[in-house]
Order: sequence, then structure tokens, then C-alpha cells
Amino acid sequence: MFDKGKVLGGIAVFICLGTFPLWYIAYQGKAAYPPDPVIYPGSGQCVESAEYMRKYHMQMLEKWRDQAVRQDDRFYTATDNKTYDISLTGTCLKCHPNKAEFCDRCHNYNAVAPNCYSCHNIPPQPTEASGGTK
Amino acid sequence: MIEAVFKGGKKYWTLVGVLLAVVTVGFLAYLRQIDLGLSVTGLSRDVSWGLYIANFTFFVGVAASAVMLVIPYYLHNEKAFRKIIILGEFLAVAAVVVCITFVVVDLGQPSRVFNLFLFPSPTSILFWDTVVLSVYLLLNIIIGWVTLDADSKELPPPAWIRPVIILSIPWAISIHTVTAFIYAGLAARPFWMTALLAPRFLASAFASGPALLILLALLMKKWGGFDPGSGSIDKVAKIVAYGIIATVFFLLLEIFTVFYSQEPEAMAHFQYLFFGLDGHYGLVPWMWTAITLATAAIVLLLLPSTRKNTAILAPACAAVIVSVWIDKGLGLIVPGFIPNPSGEVFEYVPTINEALIVLGVWAMGGLILTLLYKVVVGVRQEW
Amino acid sequence: MNLDRRTFLKLASLGLLAIAAKPAIDLLTRPEIVRALGIESTLPGRLAMAVDLKACTAEAGCHDCILACHSVHNVPDIGTAKEEVKWIREATYGQAFSGQETQYAALKDARVLLLCNHCDNPPCVRVCPTQATWRRVDGIVMMDYHRCIGCRYCMAACPYGSRSFNWRDPVPYINDINLNYPTRTKGVVEKCNFCEERLALGQPPACVEACKKGALTFGELKPGTDIQRVLSKGYSLTRKSQLGTRPQVYYIV
Repeated sequence: MFDKGKVLGGIAVFICLGTFPLWYIAYQGKAAYPPDPVIYPGSGQCVESAEYMRKYHMQMLEKWRDQAVRQDDRFYTATDNKTYDISLTGTCLKCHPNKAEFCDRCHNYNAVAPNCYSCHNIPPQPTEASGGTK
Repeated sequence: MIEAVFKGGKKYWTLVGVLLAVVTVGFLAYLRQIDLGLSVTGLSRDVSWGLYIANFTFFVGVAASAVMLVIPYYLHNEKAFRKIIILGEFLAVAAVVVCITFVVVDLGQPSRVFNLFLFPSPTSILFWDTVVLSVYLLLNIIIGWVTLDADSKELPPPAWIRPVIILSIPWAISIHTVTAFIYAGLAARPFWMTALLAPRFLASAFASGPALLILLALLMKKWGGFDPGSGSIDKVAKIVAYGIIATVFFLLLEIFTVFYSQEPEAMAHFQYLFFGLDGHYGLVPWMWTAITLATAAIVLLLLPSTRKNTAILAPACAAVIVSVWIDKGLGLIVPGFIPNPSGEVFEYVPTINEALIVLGVWAMGGLILTLLYKVVVGVRQEW
Repeated sequence: MNLDRRTFLKLASLGLLAIAAKPAIDLLTRPEIVRALGIESTLPGRLAMAVDLKACTAEAGCHDCILACHSVHNVPDIGTAKEEVKWIREATYGQAFSGQETQYAALKDARVLLLCNHCDNPPCVRVCPTQATWRRVDGIVMMDYHRCIGCRYCMAACPYGSRSFNWRDPVPYINDINLNYPTRTKGVVEKCNFCEERLALGQPPACVEACKKGALTFGELKPGTDIQRVLSKGYSLTRKSQLGTRPQVYYIV
């Protein structure tokens, strides 16, 4: 192998830089700029626990999508046995009408661009500083 | 072997540079299409497939035609094809890549293309076409590379490659048959719903593919220092001659059935294609050009004196290629949609943006072919 | 047991084949595939629509059903024939029943309402390479806009021109967005869904509700329903029934 030292050194530098955020969080115990989604006031309890939603809302929405569109089953029974309409605009955005302050903040932070809203309607956005809690 | 790609003369690099430039232009045009949607094409509510799918169909034929060298060489021990056969196999590789690309640029949601494999749908012919095309691509890459590698080491090819080569023969037939089934199974489009479509496709493939191969071999001989071997070109030219005769014969069969039976729905499409319908003549000049070129090519390729004269053979092959490109491309896809199921005529005219994308995909195929043929020449010259 | 390597490889590959056969058979016997092959006959109690041509054409220039459908479903008005998106549209009798023009000469210039026929043996479903369109057990031919790759094979396969493609982003061309129904995105095919979203709420299709002349009857094809009664009273046509698609929009002449 030519330039063994340079190649391996380069790879090592790349790995260090690429994983820097992980080291940083491990050392600091928290992220440098955590996203701050705003919970709209008075929205109450979500369909599942906040922790579950934070981790799995994308899988849940995919399941909802297929269940409603493909199985013609439009109701979701939550862990606490309450049932909800399967509807992004009608259920999710009813409690979280502030898409810009809620959905977008984490999505932008994580640099993901879900294409839900290229078709699903966004209700008129409440004005900024909605006074929600973090 | 691959290192040959990075070493070359001025002509080689100029060709690569020009092709890359055209690919870039096509890619930019494609980015515009991604951004604005397929509205940048001439496609419409009524004519929903056009230039892309026409080219797809044509290049499936080119890909399948490699079999016209493989059968004589490997099944009938036709020694004349010994040197030229690798050109056919690599032409198939480039052609399959081109036709897959044409399908992808035709999609409205190309980012979802993997849904084809995530949700396999055995009732859809398009699903089977992706399967047979992908496997055919793989077969030809393996066959081409292994036989060339053996050549470069001055060894006979390994024994295990023979069954792979034999498998590639029915597989080549299958890619074009399945491609014909995409159209031939649609009751909504009487123009396509004919059992003769698969044989027509194969016949025109066995004309256009080998004709393209002859042109490439002549170019490679002139500029690439490639020796196609004595007598091989003339033998391929005979294949082209009978291929184009069969193509025209099959087309005449269709014309007889449609016009003699006077079945109005089927006839309307042929009327539009050959004579125009309701004051619309968009494809008439194209189709008569195709017929004129095919007729001229048949005469020139049948007469030994003209067929053996390179100065005449080359333009005759070009005539076959253009003629078949019209016959199974524009002249097959577009009239399937005209008139529409309500009997109305809405014509299709491709846009510049669409044409640039087509040129880009052709150039991409040309680039793949150039690199592969460079490897061939590199290996052969080390002999 | 004494196996040489050859025999062992042969047996092993046979075993592998047997294992592979199971999913292949499962795949081919899936209900939607059996249905798509047209093995089943017309679904019992399936949904259908009857269009009374006389009542429909009674008032010249009436487009209530089309307007209602297109505003409920956020159908864009692109404004060109090339790219137009239509869930319901209007045609002349000659266009709707091309090839049958002479049978009902009196109807030659009548306006005919066209929408997806929700065929019992839908060719669009058969050709879709991603199962983005399928026939529900109640007969509705559904579209999953999330799944569609935009290959437009269904448009080539539909003998009725019922399918439209979004050649561009449709959202800017929707005059007044109905927040309760999604829009579509560029690059997918769309069509009439027999108002399945309204049926789920117990409401009739928007076009049926909007028609003041009572020209549209909708319901299940089974004894005792309005549509069964309407259809059994007189003569009705379906479009291109000779193609074997078993269309479920009936035109009462």
C-alpha cells in the first residue's frame, strides 16, 4: 500500500471529525443547541406519551397512513384505550396547530424534510409567541 | 484491464469530453424537470407516454440483439464472430443501462422508484420488465468481463461461463418479449393489443442492434485500432438485412389485418400514423421516412455488391437504425394514444427540455460504451 | 450416510428451492392478485352509480356535480387541455360511447357525465407495479398517492381516460383549499375515489348530493337498494363493456 501513514491518518481524522457531536454530547451531557419545539397551550394529552411520540411518531404516522388509506380503518386505539381519528390535519395539527414552532423546529434541527405537507393541509398558523410551554 | 480507461490518446479524451458535456447538459435539463415536474415535456393527459418510453423500447431491442452474435458464435461455433462478439455484449450492457435510465426519467416520482422492489406486483408487466432487465444487465456484465479477462490472459474462458452464456440467449428474447407485453396486454389501446407485437419487436431489434454494432465496429476499426476479424461485418450485415425484411413484413401484416377488417377503433390509430386523422398529421412524415429508409436499406443490404462496400453499408445501417427507431419508438408509443379513448385527437410534440434529456441519456450510454470499448481495445492490443 | 460433494450440493439446492417456493406460492395466491387476474366475478353488494341521462341533461349548462366534486377534493384548475386534472367531466354521447354512436341517435349530442367506472376487473390495478391502486372489497378502485411512482402505466391501461396526472405542482392552481381533504403532489396519478372519505362518515358522494335533479343514484348493488331499483326499471348502458372491465357506472337511457 502506498502512503500507508497518510491514508490511515486521514481516515482517523475523518472519523474523529465525523463523530465529534457524539463525543461532545458524551462529555457535556447535553447537546449544544437542543431543538425547542413549542407545545401549544391547552392541547392536553397526546395520543401516546410524549417520550413515545418523540421517538416513534414517524413510524406511527406511517402505520396510520397505511391503515387509513389501504385498510380503510380510520381509528387508532391508544395504549390507554382511547380512540382517535387517524388524520394528520384533523388530529395531530388540531392540538399542534403551530406547525412552524412544533414540527419544523425538530425537523430543521435534524435536517429532515418529511414530505407530508406537500399534500396534507396546514391550518392557518397561530401567531408567534403563542405562549406555549417548552 | 480497467486501467485502459485512464490511458488514451487525444481522440479518446476528446470523445469522452464531448460525451461528458452532453451528459451534463442533459442532467441539468433533468434537474429542471425534477423541479417543475413533467410539465416541461410535451406529454399530456391524452398522450401520457412519449419520447422517453419510445427510446426505452428501442434500446431494449438494441440490448436484446446481442443474442444475434451469441447464438452463431456459441451455439453454432461461427468463428467469424470471435473478435466482434465482445462488442455486442458490451453494447448490450450500455443499452440496458440506457433503457433503465429512460424509465427512471419518465417517472413522476423518481425518488420512490424502489417501491418497485418494496412492493413487488406480479400482475404488473412493468414489474417483470424490471426483473428481466436487471438480470440481463448482470448476465452481460459477467459474460463480457469474464471472457475479456480470459482473453487478456491468453487463456480460454472458464468452463462455468458457458451455461451463463447459454442462459443469456433465452433471457435476451425474454427482455424484448416482456417489453412487448407491457403494451400488447392493454385492451384500452387497440393499436398495441396485437400478439404480433413481441415478434415485431424482436425482428426490428435484430435489425437495429446489429446495424448499430456494424457502425460501431467500423468506427472502432478506423479510429480505435480494433480488428473485427475477417468476414464478420458482412455476416452481421446479412443478419441486419433479414431482420429489417422481417420487420417490414410484420408491419405489413398488421396493416392488412387492420385495414381489411375495417374495425374502426384499431384503424383510427393506423390512419393517424400513416395518413393523418381529423386534420392532424404529426407522425405522417416520420412514418413515411421510416418506410422509405427501410425499403432502401433492404435493397442495399440484399445486393452483395452494395452490402460489401463499406461506403454504402454504413449509410444503409444508419438508415435501418433511424427507420426502426421511428417504427418502434415514436411511431409505436404515440399513435397508441391517438386518437384517445373518446376518439379525439390531441397531438404530441416533444419539448426542447425533453429532447435535451434524451440526448443526455444517449450520451451517457455512449460514454459507458466508450469506456467499455476502450477496455476491449486495451486488452486486445496487449495480445 | 455417504454423500459425495456433488450429491450433497444437489440435495441442498433442491431443499433451498423448496423453501423458496413457499413465499412464491403465497405471493401468487394473495387475494388482490386472484382478483386482479379476474378470476372472481362481480362482487356481491358492491358500490355502483347510475346516471339518468335524461334528468342529467335537463338543465343546460348545469355543472353542480363537477363543481362540488372538484372543490371537495381540491382538484386543481390548471387551465390547459394538456395538463388538466378531472375527477368528473362532461363529454358528448359520441365521445363517451365511441363506436356506439348510431345506437341511440337521439342521444347523439347529449352531454354525458364521465367519472371513474370503478371497474370490477380494473386494468389499471392489474398493471400498477407498486400496488398504488387496488380494488377494495366494496368495489372502490382506490389510489394511494403516497405509493404512486408516477409511471402512468395505469393511464395507458384505462380505456376511459378516467385518470389524470399531476404534470406540475397542483397546489397553486387550487382556488379555495378544503382543509379537510389533502391535495396531491406533482408526479402522481389521481382520479375519482367514489368519495370514500365521505362514505366513511356516512355521507353520500359529493356529486350525488350536489345534483338537484336527482340524476345520480349511488349505492350497493343488492336487492332493495335505490340503485338496484333504478337499474331494474329500464335500459342502461356501460362504457366499453366489451373490454371485460365490468364498469360500475351505469347510464340510464
